[in-house]
Amino acid sequence: MRGIAFDVAHMLAGSLVLVSFIQLYQDRLMALINVFAAHALVLAASVAWQAFVQDAPHLYLTAVIALVFKAIVIPAALHRIIVKLGIHREIETVVGVGPTMLLGIGLVALSMVVMLRVTADADPLAREDLAFALSVILLGLLMMVTRRNAVSQVIGFMSLENGLVLAATGAKGMPLVVEISVAFSVLIAFIVIGIFLFRIRERFDTVDMQALDRFRGERR
Amino acid sequence: MMIDALSGILLIPAFSACLLAILPGYRLTARLNVLAAFLTFSMAVSLFVVEPVSGLYLLVDDLNKVFIVLTTFVSFTTSAFSASYIGHEIEIGRLKLPYVRFYHAMYQMLMFAMNLALVANNIGLMWVAIELATLTTVLMVGIYRTHEALEAAWKYFILGSVGIALALFGTILIYMAARPVIGEGVSAMVWTVLVTHAAAFDPALLNVAFVFLLLGYGTKVGLAPLHAWLPDAHAEGPTPISAVLSGLLLNVALYALLRFKMLLALNPAAIAPGPLMVTMGLISCVFAAFMLYRRRDIKRMFAYSSIEHMGIIVFAFGMGGPLANFAGLLHMVMHSLTKSAIFFAVGHIAQVKGTQKIADMGGLTVTHPVLGWGLVLGVVAIAGLPPLGIFMSEFLVVSSTFAREPWLVIILVFGILVALGGLFLRLNTIAFGEPRGSTAPAEASYVPMFAHLAIVFVAGIYMPPALVIGFQKVARLLG
Repeated sequence: MRGIAFDVAHMLAGSLVLVSFIQLYQDRLMALINVFAAHALVLAASVAWQAFVQDAPHLYLTAVIALVFKAIVIPAALHRIIVKLGIHREIETVVGVGPTMLLGIGLVALSMVVMLRVTADADPLAREDLAFALSVILLGLLMMVTRRNAVSQVIGFMSLENGLVLAATGAKGMPLVVEISVAFSVLIAFIVIGIFLFRIRERFDTVDMQALDRFRGERR
Repeated sequence: MMIDALSGILLIPAFSACLLAILPGYRLTARLNVLAAFLTFSMAVSLFVVEPVSGLYLLVDDLNKVFIVLTTFVSFTTSAFSASYIGHEIEIGRLKLPYVRFYHAMYQMLMFAMNLALVANNIGLMWVAIELATLTTVLMVGIYRTHEALEAAWKYFILGSVGIALALFGTILIYMAARPVIGEGVSAMVWTVLVTHAAAFDPALLNVAFVFLLLGYGTKVGLAPLHAWLPDAHAEGPTPISAVLSGLLLNVALYALLRFKMLLALNPAAIAPGPLMVTMGLISCVFAAFMLYRRRDIKRMFAYSSIEHMGIIVFAFGMGGPLANFAGLLHMVMHSLTKSAIFFAVGHIAQVKGTQKIADMGGLTVTHPVLGWGLVLGVVAIAGLPPLGIFMSEFLVVSSTFAREPWLVIILVFGILVALGGLFLRLNTIAFGEPRGSTAPAEASYVPMFAHLAIVFVAGIYMPPALVIGFQKVARLLG
């Protein structure tokens, strides 16, 4: 049981990193949203498996939240938003796809080196999970940095949060408070961002962050 | 007593937030806002008389009492300033009435979140509270719905969220380090339990956790190079929010950082958190000092001055030891009071002149003597000239650390002097010289501003022994 439990958790967490990589090179908004849905799906599976392995029923709740909210509701809403805004065209990336992927590989290597070294005595399941979670967090961060479009920055942020949920569920017996708060913060975050996106759309007729930069008070 | 003070400082703001969200109009709600802030402040003061019992989730000790009293006091004076400031904003039609209702509700919500972050005995709860405080301020920064305000709010939101995400990862790592020692469940996230067992934690995990916490909460403290959100958020939001951001929210994030520093200090095998904080503090101080020279927007300029002072404070706490901690604590209190007083002045000045551009204001001491001299006094205080309080605290920071690290202190003093030059260069154009811009009389409330400045002035000359003893106790606690 121990063997298979570890292997499946390992595979799911690894897939999450893989999907993060797939997100990095999506240059169309529609495709990016679909990949994010897949990201949330893998997360839900991974959390559910942790719930089963750790025999912690409250984690199923987190899995359901990930599945319903992040894999279905948010992608659907984002689809509507980008259609409404008329921006299902290509994403401009600040750094090209090649360098971004190389940077991503570097970040994953970094998180493996750091986390595996410092958690040498922790139990192997939590240890690998934590290393993968840090990779997902850093890849989400990378995406937020390299994208200019507001919608893809939001997706970068949400995949970063997915990494956090993976880390929180990997830490065995972490109190429920935190899982709910994580899910809840994503909810709030999304509402806030949604409001902002609409307002930004109203005022600027674009969601390109570089266009926003023009309005800075000082450089005039 | 019906309710104890600890629940008072949480329940009053939470209840007022709900009430103010329902009530229409402006005059009544602004007064209620002041009243609620005052009640919260008196509850906070009563913490010194009756110390409540700490539980699994809430905690009151000598360290956070200082922060709570400072936070509630500045919130109270800021709410009084806000009443007259917002009144003017409604008159000129910059703020619509429905937004005012929202503004007051959010103001109390922010008070609730900050108080919760300060009394939280649970690292998860503290994280949630700081996240809540961030979200409420994001909403308030964007309240004018102009291009600049929305951009500032967006930038603040994105950078603040990344910071807060990194902090959560650090929090999870602390739990991972505590679990093998304390066991699973809630108690592995409780401060008072963590502190007693910290020596047995895995040092490697603690080290990595602290790096994430420093980056995460450091973003909220406004340490360079993670400060990019801070000038925009200060410049584009309503001025009372700038005062609360600079005077209070930065402190709350700093408080979180200090708690984790205490935790690390208890584990002999973990890295010393001091040098990391000293480095970031110095970089922030010197960098912000140079940035002061290029500012054309008055609120932006004082935002950079806040970064500089947070740098000095983090430097002092990073050096550690009873003396440097005492100096850091004193500097934090003085900076909060002075900077919010400056923002009170700046808010009214910008309203009178109808702009925030430094080039469009001038000769304030002639056209608006009270506001102008108030600003001069504030800038003299913030630049660290004697005999005001910030001179005292900066002198203490320098003298308490000079013997240990002379080179670092020379860099710090260099930063302080560069900042002084930058501030006076701008002050010269704003306060003296040819009067420029509107000369219409100001409808201002001067009481909050001069109350703060008076405290800072008195503290520079005489500090009550009881206060000194209290600060010394906290400084020893910080290690």
